[in-house]
Amino acid sequence: MTDVLDPPVQLPPPPPSHEMLEEHGHDEHHGPTGILKWITTTDHKIIGLSYTVTSVIMMIIGGAFAEIIRAQLASPNGTLVSLSQYNELFTMHGSVMIYLFVGPFAFGGLANIMVPIQIGAPDMAYPRLNALSYWLYLTGAITMLSGFFTAGGAANFGWVAYAPLSNSVNTPGSGADLWIGGLLLTGFSAIFTGVNICATVFYLRAPGMTMFRMPIFTWNMLVTGILILLAFPVLTAGLIMLYCDRHFGTHIFSVQGGGVPVLWQHIFWFWGHPEVYILALPFFGMATEIIAVFSRKPVFGYKGMVFATLTIAALSLGVWAHHMFTTGVVLLPFFSIMSLLIAVPTGIKIFNWIGTMWRGEIWFSTAMLMAIGFLITFLIGGLTGIYLASPPLDFFTHDTYFVVAHFHSVVMALLMAAMGGLYYWGPKITGYLLNERIGKMQFWFLFIGTQIFTFPLYVLGLEGMPRRVAIYPHDPQWKTLNDWSTFGAILIGISTILFVVNVAVSWKKYPSGDNPWDAQTLEWFTTSPPPHHNFYRLPQIRSERPTWDHNHPEHRSLTHGKHPELTEDGLEKVHSS
Amino acid sequence: MKVEAKVLLYLGLFFGIMNAVYWNWSLENAGGVMMFAGMLLCFLPGSYYYFWSRRMKARPEDDPNATQTSGAGFIGTFPGTSIWPFTLGMGAFFVVLALVFGIWFLIPGLGLAVWALFGATAEGRRGGTH
Repeated sequence: MTDVLDPPVQLPPPPPSHEMLEEHGHDEHHGPTGILKWITTTDHKIIGLSYTVTSVIMMIIGGAFAEIIRAQLASPNGTLVSLSQYNELFTMHGSVMIYLFVGPFAFGGLANIMVPIQIGAPDMAYPRLNALSYWLYLTGAITMLSGFFTAGGAANFGWVAYAPLSNSVNTPGSGADLWIGGLLLTGFSAIFTGVNICATVFYLRAPGMTMFRMPIFTWNMLVTGILILLAFPVLTAGLIMLYCDRHFGTHIFSVQGGGVPVLWQHIFWFWGHPEVYILALPFFGMATEIIAVFSRKPVFGYKGMVFATLTIAALSLGVWAHHMFTTGVVLLPFFSIMSLLIAVPTGIKIFNWIGTMWRGEIWFSTAMLMAIGFLITFLIGGLTGIYLASPPLDFFTHDTYFVVAHFHSVVMALLMAAMGGLYYWGPKITGYLLNERIGKMQFWFLFIGTQIFTFPLYVLGLEGMPRRVAIYPHDPQWKTLNDWSTFGAILIGISTILFVVNVAVSWKKYPSGDNPWDAQTLEWFTTSPPPHHNFYRLPQIRSERPTWDHNHPEHRSLTHGKHPELTEDGLEKVHSS
Repeated sequence: MKVEAKVLLYLGLFFGIMNAVYWNWSLENAGGVMMFAGMLLCFLPGSYYYFWSRRMKARPEDDPNATQTSGAGFIGTFPGTSIWPFTLGMGAFFVVLALVFGIWFLIPGLGLAVWALFGATAEGRRGGTH
C-alpha cells in the first residue's frame, strides 16, 4: 500500500532499576470521560491536541477567506464580494492566520505536547494554567470570528488596526470591538503558555538533561516563550489604549486631543516584529528535528543553532520600526542595520540545516520533504526580506504586493514546517501514521502551489499593484499575473483538502509503534501515545540524543567538543541504523 | 541554573546596550521605554536565577553525569482534572463580551471568575486530584 517504513525498529529491553517518575500507580487513574474529560483535563497532551485541532480548523477558515480573496482578484473588476466585505475578508484572513493559527498551533499545540516529553517532564509546570490558556484561546477565537454575525460585519481595518482608521469614527460597530476583545483573550492565552513553557524548561527537566542537551525544538520554544513574555504584554496594553480611545474618550492615538497616531504603530510593531519570530522559531525547531532524524545524523552545529536562536531573540526587540519606514518619523539607519543583522543568525541556521543533511542517509519521507520545502521557501522569503530592510527599496515597495509576496513566502514555509511537524509527531501523539502517498501528493501540491502563488505577486508588487485593493486597473499583464497567483492558491487549497482526506483515510489504520522513524530525542523513548505523566522509565541522558544512544549503543553521541571516532581509513564513523 | 541565568542576563544586557544607542540616537521615547522595560523583564528573573545558582549545588538536571535515580522522588502535585480553568475561562469570556455588548455581561463574567478563584484555591489547599 505505502512505502511507509524501513524495517521496524525494536526497542531493546529496558535497563534494570529505573525509578518510576511518580509515586502513584498508573492503573488507579480514574477520571471523567467524554466531553467532561475534555473540559476538565489538565493533561498537557490533551490540551495540546485540543489546541492543534482548533488551530487547524482556524487554518481552514482562514484559508477559505484567502481563496475568496484570490477568486475576487482573478479579474480586475471582480464582483464576488463587495468592497466592504473584501475589507472584512483580508482583515480576518490575516487575523485568523496570525493570531489564531500559526502561533497557537506552534506554542499551544505541538510545543505544548512535545516540550515536556522532550525534556522528560511529567506535565507542564502549571497544568491548570495550561488548561486556562486553551479556554482563553478558544473563547478568543469565537469572539473574534463572531464579528461576522454582527450588523456591521467583522473588523475591517486590516490585521494591524492602524490608528486613526481603527477609531470609533472611522470604524464604528461591534465587529471591531469583538476583534479587540478576542485579541485580548488570545493574547493572555499566549502569555500564560509562555510562562508555562519557560517554567517547564527551567524546572522540570529530567536528571542529566542539561540545558545544552535539550533538543533544538525545546530550545527554540524556550526562546519563543521569553519573546512571548517580552512582546505580548505590549500588545495587550496597546489594545486597552485603543479600546479606551474608542469608548472612553481618551485621545492616546488621535491628533485632535493631542495624541500621536504613530504611537499605535510603535506599540503594535514592538509586539508585531518579535511576534514574527514567535511564529517562526518553533517551526525552525520542528524543521531542525525533522532534518536531523531523516538525515540519520545529529544536528550539525548544535551550539551554533542555539546561539543563532538567542541572537534572533536579542535582535528582534530592535527591529520593529522597519514596518514604519515610510512614516518618516523613525530612525532609518538604526532599524535598517538591526534588520539586516537578523540575516546573520538566520544564515547560520540555513547553513546548519544544509550541514545536517550533508552526507547523511536522507530518507525522503513526507515530513522530510515538508522540511526541505520549508527550507527552500523560507530562503526565498528571507532573501526578499533583506531587500525590504533597506529603506530606499522599502520606500519603493511599501504597501505593494511585493511585501505581501515576501511574508507569504515566509508563512507558507512555516505552514510546510507545520505539516512536517504533524507528519513527524502525529504518530507519537496518536499512535498511528498518516498515509505517505497522500502525504507526498499533499507536499507537491503545497510546494508548487506556493511558488506559483507568490512569484507573480513579487512581479505585481514591483509593477506597483497596492495591497488591500479589491479591484485594479484593466491591464492584461496584471490580470495574467493575478490569475497565476489565484491558480497557485487553488493548488494550496487542494493540498489542504488532501491533508483532511489523509487524516480521514489513515484514521487508526497504520499503527506506528513507539519509534517509527528511529528518531533521536527523548519523546521517542516513551510509548505512542505516551501514558498519563508521559514516562514509565527514562534512559540515561548523556547527550542531546538520549533515545538514539539507548537504541544504538555502538554509535553513541559524543559530548560537545570531543572529536569523532575515526575508522581505520581515517573517515568519520557514519551513524546509521 | 547557571545557563538559565546567563541566557536571561545576556539578553537583558543586549537590550540595555541597544536601548542606550537607540534612545540617544532617535530622540523618540516610546520604543526606548518599551526596550528598557524589556531589559528589566530579563534582569528580574535572570538575577534571581543567578543569585540561587551561586548558592545551591547543581540540581540533577544541571549535572551532566546524573543518573535517573538521583532525580527520583516527589516532583510536585499535578492535578489530574480540574473544572476551574474552564470556569475562569468562561468568566473571562463574559467579561470581554461586556466590553462589546453591555455592562450586564459583567455579572455572569465576574461571578464565574470569583467562583473559580475560590474553587481553585480550595482545590489547591486539598492538593488537587491525581
